Amino acid sequence: MAFIGQGLDRVDGRLKVTGGAQYAAEFRVPDLVHAVLVQSTIGAGAITGFSLAAAQSMPGVLTIITPENALKLHAESNLPQAIRAPLLQDMDVHYNGQHVAVVVAEALEQADAAAARVRVQYRRDEPITSMDAVLDQAYLPKSFRNGERPADSRRGDPDGAFTAAQVKLDAVYVTPIEHHNPMEPHATIARWDGNQLTVWTATQGISGTQQSLAALFGIDPKDVRVICPYVGGGFGCKGNTWPPATLAAMAAKLVGRPVKLAVTRAQMFTSNGYRPRTVQSLRFAADQQGHLVSMRHDGISQMSQPVLGEFAEPVGLATEMLYACPNVAVTHRLVATNAPLPTYMRAPGEASGNFALESAIDELAVALKQNPLDFRMRNYAEQDPHENKPFASKALRECYRQGAEAFGWSRRPSEPRAMRDGNVLIGWGMATSTYPTHRMAANAYVRVNADGTALVQVGTQDLGTGTYTVMSQIAADELGLPVQRIHLELGDSRFPHAPVSGGSMTVASVGPAIKTACQAVRAKLSNDGDTNVALPELLARRNMPSVEASSEAKSGEEQKRYSMHAFGAQFAEVRVDADLGEIRVSRYVGAFDGGRIINTKTARSQLIGGIVFGIGMALLEETHVDGETGRVVNANVSEYLMPVNADIPDIQAILVPNDELVSNSLGAKGIGELPMVGVAAAVANAVYHATGVRVRKLPIRIEDLLV
Amino acid sequence: MIGFQYSRAQDVADAVRQIAAEPSAKFIAGGTNLIDLMKQDVERPSRLIDISRLPLRSVEETASGGLRIGALVPNADLAYHPLIAQRYPMLASSILAGASAQLRNMASTGGNLLQRTRCYYFYDTATPCNKRVPGSGCSAIAGLNRMHAILGTSESCIATHPSDMCVALVALDATVHVAGPAGARVIAFADFHRLPGDEPQRDTTLQDGEIVTAVELPERGFSAHYTYLKIRDRLSYAFALVSVAAGLELEGDRIKDARLALGGVAHKPWRDPTAETALRGQPASQATFASAATILLRDAKGYEHNRFKIDLARRAIVRALTQAAAGTPQLQSSKKIA
Repeated sequence: MAFIGQGLDRVDGRLKVTGGAQYAAEFRVPDLVHAVLVQSTIGAGAITGFSLAAAQSMPGVLTIITPENALKLHAESNLPQAIRAPLLQDMDVHYNGQHVAVVVAEALEQADAAAARVRVQYRRDEPITSMDAVLDQAYLPKSFRNGERPADSRRGDPDGAFTAAQVKLDAVYVTPIEHHNPMEPHATIARWDGNQLTVWTATQGISGTQQSLAALFGIDPKDVRVICPYVGGGFGCKGNTWPPATLAAMAAKLVGRPVKLAVTRAQMFTSNGYRPRTVQSLRFAADQQGHLVSMRHDGISQMSQPVLGEFAEPVGLATEMLYACPNVAVTHRLVATNAPLPTYMRAPGEASGNFALESAIDELAVALKQNPLDFRMRNYAEQDPHENKPFASKALRECYRQGAEAFGWSRRPSEPRAMRDGNVLIGWGMATSTYPTHRMAANAYVRVNADGTALVQVGTQDLGTGTYTVMSQIAADELGLPVQRIHLELGDSRFPHAPVSGGSMTVASVGPAIKTACQAVRAKLSNDGDTNVALPELLARRNMPSVEASSEAKSGEEQKRYSMHAFGAQFAEVRVDADLGEIRVSRYVGAFDGGRIINTKTARSQLIGGIVFGIGMALLEETHVDGETGRVVNANVSEYLMPVNADIPDIQAILVPNDELVSNSLGAKGIGELPMVGVAAAVANAVYHATGVRVRKLPIRIEDLLV
Repeated sequence: MIGFQYSRAQDVADAVRQIAAEPSAKFIAGGTNLIDLMKQDVERPSRLIDISRLPLRSVEETASGGLRIGALVPNADLAYHPLIAQRYPMLASSILAGASAQLRNMASTGGNLLQRTRCYYFYDTATPCNKRVPGSGCSAIAGLNRMHAILGTSESCIATHPSDMCVALVALDATVHVAGPAGARVIAFADFHRLPGDEPQRDTTLQDGEIVTAVELPERGFSAHYTYLKIRDRLSYAFALVSVAAGLELEGDRIKDARLALGGVAHKPWRDPTAETALRGQPASQATFASAATILLRDAKGYEHNRFKIDLARRAIVRALTQAAAGTPQLQSSKKIA
């Protein structure tokens, strides 16, 4: 156990900073041509015709694909990650910015210029551009969490307990549409060799992309190769196989040449999902001593037209398990609008739901005149109250303790507006974070050579989080080799199957597969007496050039016996200009139980990045949609505001030790999403503490505080 | 973006000649705004006439004790120029409040004056916009208008001028030197930008074929009592919700002279002489400042999402005048709020 737990530099760091790491759009494929998307300019209705002559006659134009000449796809596929519409299969328009045509030309500039000349005629319907106007039409999701569980849950008698309770809160919290905006936009290069398809594409799941494209084009998954060695961030928007990848493959088929389709930043706002707007009604109650007696969390999230698929933001799941409360009800509903299909975005459900949940907990603490941390401790769930199972581990108490101590929480005055520095009001707020520990089956191939090097291949992908690095550490420890001698290859569907990199589960899924494959390699060489002998030495003794093994790892009985979650405690200090309403986060501490940490350096980076993401959610991020047309009006990173360096204070991210090995053989709980859960609530609670103003919607802005 | 021709101007006269010969051409200097607009198909020039090599890069002292700033002096160079930093710190501060370090390195003085509004709808060719396509309608009036104007609006346009630098320039009584087919002329800064009226497609009073050659500052820089206060959603790389350039000349506790201009609130940098008159001769007090704010904002009109800007502007004016009077200007480098 030499390398696991160290803060090693990224093994691919040098490649990235020198430009040597190749991203999807950067591969050189001979004979390549370029595709540009044309998007609808109406919010609802149907295409009645195209005027293409001007565009078609422009230099370099090879073809213009519209629903009139598009390849018919096998849209009956029910793979959840295969987005089936809009793929130019019909003339319907379901939202503004929908792809309606693809222009293919020899050069990108030619395709772009021709795309601007494509004219589309429409029959216009009145679009539903806002969910707020149609909340009364909320409906039950058809397949909540892909059918894994019901959309609603209930234990005890929450309504009765609420009615009888002494201290109550009944409030509505609203979160906006947000877009992922990873640094690398979507891009795909597609090439057909006969009936075999190769795609270089920016994806969080090469295995899912392989299956989706095979299904949509009606070919064998073995005939689809997906290559994606590096991803410039995903945050959820590269989890599914979105239309641009499929349209690139369609275009390549139609022109008989390799096609590159790179989505523009503006097109990213209608091409690959978003975090949907939510309206969440919370009714919480406590007894006079501060014991929660009733929690009711009714969440409604914005949807596209149902024909495009389904995604329900699971806002209430943490409410079911985070606190010991006997009476709890959670519901999830959808409202159909003329918007694109929403999708997972970093901590889907938890991030939006936690803002409501942890704001409401803070509000109850205020009503009870109790310290918000004491109130949480009073309702600490020793075991999962929803599943009635013990937690595999839960170091939340220690997160609270270490976070509070580092922050200085004990010095917090209980009343709001009690801390002031000249014109500036200062406030301290906190929130609890939690995210489930997911795991899916994964496979790995390992070969150890007599020269003391090893090759590890896995069909996973590195979103930029450090997968190459941590997997090398795991293999090095298991094989007893220096980490520098491990050559890790991933991002190719020819490698052993691994799941999507989503749900913070890559380390917990792929790590054990590599570990098991390494153990299988050793088992092939080891006799009883030589378990401490180095593998190269064993190979030399047997005069073997190398030894290899493949292995699968998946969860077992532990999933049934235990509830598995990561936890954290978030502490924020804000400074609010008392007259001007300007809000700055001036100090931040987060303490996290992410299980066993493989690499403290990449882990800390991810925690800090998640907190920055959360500060953006709290104060800046919002996609604005025009009420009349349904167009996204701030489809760029100038007007879609994210924090800049000047907005971010020194952030202290504490890794709370936890050596539990029940969840999986590495004890990793996943930390991709955990650090952003609770940030918005901690900031909102701090804003309340600073100003006495409770803001129940995100982002919190200057105008909310001009009182 | 559409295809376009490219040529270089040999001198100012050549630039004027070239644009007169091809009115659908555009001058390009730093290109920090124009290229974006071309990528969005908002600007579709037939030709770019590159003026970036013209000899308009110097900052010179004038006979009347002021400074003459060449139109091609980069924003960053201007902000850090010792004479600007020393005599006109309000101008330096306003420049550093704008854009990002990278943009300030590229953007020119003349280009800063000529940058176009950041109204969402102006940038989206799929929506009506009277500034982009005269007569097509205004999408912002009934649309998303949080960033929009509260003063001097018209029924055809409620866009704002996005510049920070221009707010300080109008406060400082700068003038704009231009050359054109009819010769050279000088325009008072307050007359350079215009209100939208029923011709929102025209941002300035420049005539066809005219080119900005310099900006001139008079002697008085209000360097003892000034501020540039910018209120925005994030601390860098964001346009002002409201900004205030304030300069005071004090005699003891009394205001001898005052300059007050606002950004982010109108189609032009907003300066109101009546508000300045109301400050002159009065004690430098909160009451005086509040009354000047009331006068300046007397005709302010809010829309669905920007009504708060009226109140915010009032508060910002009071704060800015307080900062100026106390000699404690807003620091743009500060990462904390003042």
